[in-house]
Formats: sequence, structure tokens, C-alpha cells
Amino acid sequence: MHIIQQILFVLLVAAAVFLFARKVREIRRNINLGKDEKINDNPAARWKNMLLLAFGQKKMFKRMTPAILHFFVYAGFVIINIEILEIILDGIFGTHRMFAPYLGSLYPVLIGIFEILAALVLVSCAIFLVRRNILKLKRLNQSELNGWPKTDANAILITEIVLMSLLLTMNAADFNLQQLGSEHYHPVGAFWVSGFIAPLFNGMSEGALMGLERGAWWLHIVGIFAFLNYLPYSKHLHIVLAFPNAYYAKLMPQGEMKNMPEIQNEVLYMMEPDKAPTDLDPNAAPPRFGAKDVTDLSWKNLMDAYSCTECGRCTANCPANMTGKKLSPRKIMMDTRDRMEEMSKNIDANKGSFVEDGKSLLHDYITTEELRACTTCNACVEACPVSIDPLSIILQLRRNLVMEESNAPQEWNQMFGNIENNMAPWKFSPDDRDKWVGEMG
Amino acid sequence: MAEGTQPEVLFWVGCAGSFDQRAQKITKAFATILDKVGVSFAIMGKEEMCTGDPARRSGNEFLFQMMAYNNIQLLNGYEVKKIVTACPHCFNIFKNEYPSLGGNYEVIHHTTFINSLINEGKIVMKEGGAFKGKKITYHDSCYLGRANQIYEAPRAVLEALDVELVEMKRCKTNGLCCGAGGAQMFKEDEPGDKRINIERSEEALATGASVIAANCPFCTTMLMDGVKNKEKEDEVQVLDIAEMVAQSI
Repeated sequence: MHIIQQILFVLLVAAAVFLFARKVREIRRNINLGKDEKINDNPAARWKNMLLLAFGQKKMFKRMTPAILHFFVYAGFVIINIEILEIILDGIFGTHRMFAPYLGSLYPVLIGIFEILAALVLVSCAIFLVRRNILKLKRLNQSELNGWPKTDANAILITEIVLMSLLLTMNAADFNLQQLGSEHYHPVGAFWVSGFIAPLFNGMSEGALMGLERGAWWLHIVGIFAFLNYLPYSKHLHIVLAFPNAYYAKLMPQGEMKNMPEIQNEVLYMMEPDKAPTDLDPNAAPPRFGAKDVTDLSWKNLMDAYSCTECGRCTANCPANMTGKKLSPRKIMMDTRDRMEEMSKNIDANKGSFVEDGKSLLHDYITTEELRACTTCNACVEACPVSIDPLSIILQLRRNLVMEESNAPQEWNQMFGNIENNMAPWKFSPDDRDKWVGEMG
Repeated sequence: MAEGTQPEVLFWVGCAGSFDQRAQKITKAFATILDKVGVSFAIMGKEEMCTGDPARRSGNEFLFQMMAYNNIQLLNGYEVKKIVTACPHCFNIFKNEYPSLGGNYEVIHHTTFINSLINEGKIVMKEGGAFKGKKITYHDSCYLGRANQIYEAPRAVLEALDVELVEMKRCKTNGLCCGAGGAQMFKEDEPGDKRINIERSEEALATGASVIAANCPFCTTMLMDGVKNKEKEDEVQVLDIAEMVAQSI
């Protein structure tokens, strides 16, 4: 009997790891659909960002209530994983609580701590469900979340509640079995939280208790592996990508826009023709200015999209969004991921190469009206707890609109004309530029 | 500059400060301060050109690069080393975006410049200044604040004016945009239920301050429009920090 369970368990672990690894490779490939960009300067500052922003969740603490609840779930996730290690080893070797003999009296203390965390995770997730579905916080109920994103969010919270309940049930049944002196169940004593649940199972037979304990144990670990494999399909992937995303975050001042050396050079060759290279290939395809599709963005923009957990802090702080404009920085990130996944399916269906589908991120996902509403104020960038830069995508799409499609509102075209002809965005004569000097008292 | 002398600093006026009637007052106020303190400065005069900020942020990189090329040629030609400007958009471009194009200058925003003049004892406020004890709120512009992390210097100047500073809820890193950035100044808002400057002006008015202090000519315009829209222009002034200092020395 035991050996069959062990074989089943090993097969389960192998399948879970195999499927997860395959999906990770796919995500890696999708992120690499973006343009290559070297981001390796100043590693000290990058490690510091990872430590403060990802590990320390620094930006979460701008809003205390969700920060504390989220911290419980995060700490629970990280620390309870130590017990998962024991559960996996028990499963493989057919043992029960294999760490207990080595840790002695420390063991029940450790499990007690895990249980308190489990209870905190459970309560926090329940509060999160209330915030989402009953209190209906605006940031968690905006239109871009309709459909799958809301289901995804609730599925994650409910799964976590179920997993924590299973863990506590398992330990409670374990304690009852210890009291019955059941063979195989080490007498480690009552645990801090499940000790209060255990009386519910008083009077159950040894067989029923073992069924309950084993059932909860299996459902818990199967649930964990299922959740692991659900991650890459979900917004919950942020628990992994928040770390590299903080490492690769923009280090230059927020106000600095990325230069376009190709245009810088074009202007230089126009002004100083002697500097123009003479060996240019006249048949070379002209470069595309700005971004029309996800393949024109940097890989970091695409990793940003996979890191987004759709919390909406960006959108809640966006001046355009809060005054009723269509722009939502969160939607920019969700659209980028959706388009990337559409391309990914296309690549898989066509034996590894993308077949033109007549669609693009610009227009099919993100409209000109959204792009034109941005004030470039950087509030979205500042607000993001996992170092996402929606503004970078907005500005690259704007460049494509203006330079490739000549698609600008009439007032902007006039502004361009004024800058070109009068050296100022308004229609004033350059001769009047210093007129104020004569008016000084 | 064209006269061959090498003044301490170049005062880059910017398009708003040069042409916009409201912003000209800020320009004059800052020039007055420099004169009074005895800082030798020059302006580019008729040769000054748009830095290209609204072009770049709306997506017109070609036009931006043209303006940057011409400005850098001009500034390097005059061997400019130090630039002070009363516009955070010009400040940001000079400080962060011209260096990679060959324009390397020491760049200072006028609020920081004024603050150092105060610290050096060169600016001395007169006794019982116009703003002493008055309730004043300060609006962080996006391009001085989040873009360049300058939050304290302008507040230190207000402190030197002995005002009672009341912060808005959304201030410093959480500051709310006035609605002008990203070339929005030059077009109508996209469809929505409110203009951004109204949202921000309401927040500023709610502090009960009698002066809304700003550091950017575009913010000043936007907030003044917002205050007028709420018919509060008789009770509440929108002033640049340079104007407040010029009135107090």
C-alpha cells in the first residue's frame, strides 16, 4: 500500500515539475519576443532595489491596510514553504513528519508558527475577498477587470483559503490520531491553531481520522502543485517575477525618456552631411520608429506585463483615469500581456514561427484616445509595487503614432509647426522672445 | 552672452516664461531676485529656442532631436557651463536628456537656486514679509518632483518666508499632476468627466490656503484656471515661488 502511494507521489512531483518547466520556457520565449536591451549596469543599485522593493515590499506600505494583509500572505507563502519541503520528502520516502525526530521540542514550535501564519493567510484572503466582492473597492472593480481577470483574482484567493484550511485540518486530525496512540503518528503534541480544531473530530474512529488526515494531506499537496502550474496562466505570477522585475527596473531619473540614437544620427547627418557614413546599404529596410506591436517593445516591457498582478495602484493614481478618461495604465499592461499571449498561441500553432495575423498592440488593443490622455506624470510608475513602467510603453506607442502614422490631434500638429517655424510651441515671433526685458522696472 | 563676457550663470527663460503673459511675471520676478542679489547672469535672448520637450513627449522625436541639436550647438558655442531655469520641463531635458546628445551643463532649477542663495545669506527676507504666517499650500510639479526627486528645496524657501505650510493629501511622491504635462498643455483634454486641473485645484482649495505656491509656469496657468473655474480668484492666489520671494526682499 505504502509503496503505491510513494510511486504515485513521485509521479505527481515529476509531472508538476515537468509541466511547470515547459510553461516557464514558453514565458521566457514570449518575453524574448521583445527587443534585446542590455540592462546590467550598476548591479549594487539593482540588488538594493530587489531587496527593498521586492523582498521588502517597500512600495506596498504606501497603503497600510492592504500592505499588512498582503505581508501576512507573503510571509505565509515564503515560510510555510519550509513545511512543504517536509511534506514532499515524506511523500517520497513514505515517512511521516520526518523532521520531527531531528528537531525535537523545536518541531511543534515551528509547526505552531506555520499554523499561525496559515491562519493569518486564511483571514487575510477572506478580507481580500470581501474588499473585492462586497466592499467593491473601485480599484478592484474597474472595467478592464470584467470577466477573466476578476475570476482569476477570486480563484487565487479561494485556492489559498482552501489550501490553508486543508493544512490545518490535516494537523488537527493528526493530533487526534496521536492521542489514540495510532502507530505512524509521532506524539508531537497539539499545535497552536489546529489544537483548537481537533476537538471537532473527537469521537471519530481511527480509520476515519486516518482517512481525513491522508485525504487532507493529499488534497493539500496536489493543490499546491496545481497552484504552481496555474501561476503562469494567472496574474499571480507576480510572486516570482516581482524579484527579477525589481532587479531590472529603470535606474535613471524617472523624468528621463529613452533616447532614439537612430533619429539622433539621422538629424546629425542632415545637419553635418560629412559625418554620414558612406557604406549604408540602400536596400536596407527602414527601421520602425516607436512601437506598433509587442515585438517592437523591449523585453523589459514584456516582463513588466507578466509581472503585473492587476492591483490597479497605477490606475488609481493616474490623473487621466481619475478624471474619467479612457486611459488606464493597468489596462496598458494587461493588453500587452494579452497580445503577447495571442502571438504565443499563434507561434505554437504554426510550428514555432509567427504567422502575420493582421493585428497589433496599437489600435487592436490600445487606442489613440487612451494614449493621448497621458500627461507623462510618472504617477503610475511611482505607484507600482513591482517596478512596472507603463509610461515607457505609452511613449513608445505615441512615437509610432506620430512618426509612422502622422496621427496627432490638430492642435499638436500646430504645436509642431510652431516649434519648427517660431522655435516655440505657440505662434509668437522669435523676435519677441526677450520683449519682457524691456518691461522690467 | 553675445558680448563675450562670461557671466556666472545662464538664465534659460523657456517658451512660457518668454511669451506667456502670466509666466512673464515669474521670469521678471526671478530676474529681479538675481539683480538684487548681484548674481551676474545672461539670457540667450532671441536665440533661445524650445528645448523640444512637448515634441518629444507627444511622440515627435525628429522635431525633438532637431531642437536639441540646435540648442546644444548654440550653448556649446557660447561655452555655457551653468544653467538656471524657472521651468521644470526645460530643467529635466537639460539635466537628463541633453547629456547623451552632447550637451553637458550644470543645471539648476530656480527654486533650488533661490534656496542656496538663502542658505548663503545672499537673499535676506524683509521683516514682516507679505506671506509671514499665511496659510500656503505647495504643488509639486511632476517634472521637479517625481521626475527629479526635488521636494525639499522649494519647501525650504517657503519655510524661509515664514509661511504656515499646509500640505495637500497628494503631495511629494504622491503629488497629483496639474494636467499640462506630456504636451497636454497644447491640446484639449480627451473626453472624460472632469479636467485634471479642476481636480487638483479643488484639492488645493480644500486646504484653505490663501496662496497656492507652484514651481512651474504650466502648473501656474493650470491651477489659476482651476481657481477661476471655482470662482475663488479673489481669495486665493496662485504664485510661483520666485514671485513670492521677489515680493519679500
